[in-house]
Amino acid sequence: MRSAASSATIPEIDATQAPRADHCRQRRFAYFHINVIAKGRRFGRHIVMVNWANFVSQVFNGLALGALLALISSGLTIIYGTLGVLNLAHGAMFMLGGYAGYVAYTYTGSFIVAVAAGSLFVALVGILMERIIIRHFYDRPHEDQLLVTFGLGIVFVELARLVFGSQSQIVPAPPLFAGITSLGFMFYPTYRLAVVGIIAVALTVLFVVLYRTRIGMIVRAGIEDSVMVDALGINVYRVFMIVFGIGAMAAGFAGIVNAPVVSLTPGIGDDILVQTFVVVVIGGVGSFPGAVLGGLIAGEIISITSMFNPGYAYVMLFAAMTVVLVVRPYGLLGTKGRE
Amino acid sequence: MTKKIGDRGIYSLVSRRSLLQGGAGLIGGTMLSGGISRPALAAEMPPIGTWPDGSKGDSVFIGASVPRTGTYAVQGEDELKGYQLAVAHINEGNELVKQISPKTKKGVLGKQLKLGVADSAAKPNEAVQAQQRFISENKAVMITGGTSSAVAVALNKLAQREKVLFVCGISGSNDTTGKDCVRYGFRQNFFGQTAAAAITPVLVKAFGKNKKVAYMTPDYTYGHTVTKSMQDNTATDGWTTVTDQVSPLGAPDFSSYLLNVANSGADILVNVNWGHDAVLSIQQAKQFGVLDKMKLVVPYQVPFLARETGGLMQGVYAATDYWWTLEDKFPLAKMFNAAFEKEYGYKPEWGAENAYISFVHWARMVEEAGSFYPPEVIKVYEKEETIPSLVGDVYYRKEDHQCVRPVIIVKGKEQKDMKGKEDYYDIVEIVPGKGLMQKPDAFGCQLGDYT
Repeated sequence: MRSAASSATIPEIDATQAPRADHCRQRRFAYFHINVIAKGRRFGRHIVMVNWANFVSQVFNGLALGALLALISSGLTIIYGTLGVLNLAHGAMFMLGGYAGYVAYTYTGSFIVAVAAGSLFVALVGILMERIIIRHFYDRPHEDQLLVTFGLGIVFVELARLVFGSQSQIVPAPPLFAGITSLGFMFYPTYRLAVVGIIAVALTVLFVVLYRTRIGMIVRAGIEDSVMVDALGINVYRVFMIVFGIGAMAAGFAGIVNAPVVSLTPGIGDDILVQTFVVVVIGGVGSFPGAVLGGLIAGEIISITSMFNPGYAYVMLFAAMTVVLVVRPYGLLGTKGRE
Repeated sequence: MTKKIGDRGIYSLVSRRSLLQGGAGLIGGTMLSGGISRPALAAEMPPIGTWPDGSKGDSVFIGASVPRTGTYAVQGEDELKGYQLAVAHINEGNELVKQISPKTKKGVLGKQLKLGVADSAAKPNEAVQAQQRFISENKAVMITGGTSSAVAVALNKLAQREKVLFVCGISGSNDTTGKDCVRYGFRQNFFGQTAAAAITPVLVKAFGKNKKVAYMTPDYTYGHTVTKSMQDNTATDGWTTVTDQVSPLGAPDFSSYLLNVANSGADILVNVNWGHDAVLSIQQAKQFGVLDKMKLVVPYQVPFLARETGGLMQGVYAATDYWWTLEDKFPLAKMFNAAFEKEYGYKPEWGAENAYISFVHWARMVEEAGSFYPPEVIKVYEKEETIPSLVGDVYYRKEDHQCVRPVIIVKGKEQKDMKGKEDYYDIVEIVPGKGLMQKPDAFGCQLGDYT
């Protein structure tokens, strides 16, 4: 019934076109054939890419995607946890890290210099942003904070567009990590493997700073109760500035480390920002371990869903967030009172 | 007697003339045209949309909503350059415009064009909001926009509702002049179906029959219709789909899709993604080794793709509206390239060409109609008159308002064969449009009313 109905809409090719005549005769069959595929998809018999090799590949890829999301999200979450400011310019800082690194790479040809430049530049931007603007917004309503960070994000993106244009820029992977590696069950870009390692090291450093140093202890105390920290005679504003710098640096570092994986455009942070929010919400707002866990969960959701139906990969991410919000409103590792 | 003239309206110029000869004489004639035929005109042409308010002054306004941010920013900016050049050329009565629209002197019907620009970010709601403003505040006589067929389809609907002409920008979906076509919308660039019909024989000749194909499809009207057209057209030669990786517009990473492609056992990767999605997915396909295993095909060429992917388009086939080396064959293309390069410093790509020619075609139609009154302009388009374009003669089909124009098949040049830094493609074939066209109602086009 369905094939009959759709055969009525067959585009007819002008039969006088001699070279295409045989093409024309087979057209009906072709339509039937496609229809079967389309129908299969409609009834869930979509050409699903589920097999053992692909499953292992996707689980691994989810880990790699998740590591990146974890790093960016951890920056967002420690800023929010400590300062109570939801930094909507965080995606733009991710982007700035990439471009700062790109400039450094263009002048020096060294990837290590690029990573250092990208991270430090964004850390500096973060510190300046906190001192000059954000500081005046701590006592203002949340809406004002959202608006000012959102506005700053737009300014950063458009400045990058003004300087570099919309066409994408490429930072090549360092020669050491160029090419493809065979993992037995699949081929995977060598640099992406390296990124997993680099991010693992970065997250470990962040963990050590937050959990094994005095400043980290103050930051964590600030996340729990910043008023009490202030009351204990600690200069909370200095801590805020450092935290903002560290959070921004995490985004900038992720931006330049991720640059060889993607190509840089001024809008690169916009889509990441949305995913980062999802990660933070899933993991628990203000929780560093939550950001890491949320990042990995998000990466796996995107990757594994794509195996069954790629069209739902990002949809499922939001579905998961909704479920988490219903079951655990403060996120998997969040606690009440942090928000 | 005057009542009789009024009834016949503006279409009865000949009988009016004979009537004048019959009795009224010269003075009476002047009185008739000055005093009586005007109310008659008003009776036949009641105000509609922004007419006559939009064309009362000495300039008319055109609203353009192109993506200047987001995934399609590069292509939108390029489109905008084409519009700006067209407006400048029409306003100054440039020689190239006169070749396409012989009645043009300066401006359109003597009125200068003013172009209002808004960023659509390739989002239908933002485009519609901006255009609604251009229509109500600036009394736009024509609107344009595209790059994202989702935007084109939304603006189609707005144009029909507001009764303001929509001269479509970049839009490759089969829906734009198919299922979602409107009386007030016109499209110069071709259907995804047309691209597929043109490129399929070339692909089969190059790669053979019975191939396994992996598709990458952006998740909206353009992606779905182009992928379906490619599947339909290649199926007769035994090409089968082994996987179709649907991704959202502006996906930040394609790794999970590409792993599925890599594990699909396909011979050919047909990448329907567009704008930066195309750039990123092709670069990452290279990173994942997919391009070493499979032949890449880009059924609907993306402006700047070859520049941005840095060599990855070498040997890749694509169907396109325009490539600048066509200037060897078409003198108007040569004039356009020269003017564009002088203004912007690089060779134009098809987004700019499409923008330019669609505006000049509109200017021609209005000049021919002798009025901005939209139903009259539409009727001139619907005459199916053969008119010049930058790639030879074309016409707009009256049943679906689709321009019937050649499809250019290109193949990415190898680095060593490139003469100059912008010599990215070889022209493989210029396929005449007519033989590629499906029946006008094949995609369910119902144009709707004039008024």
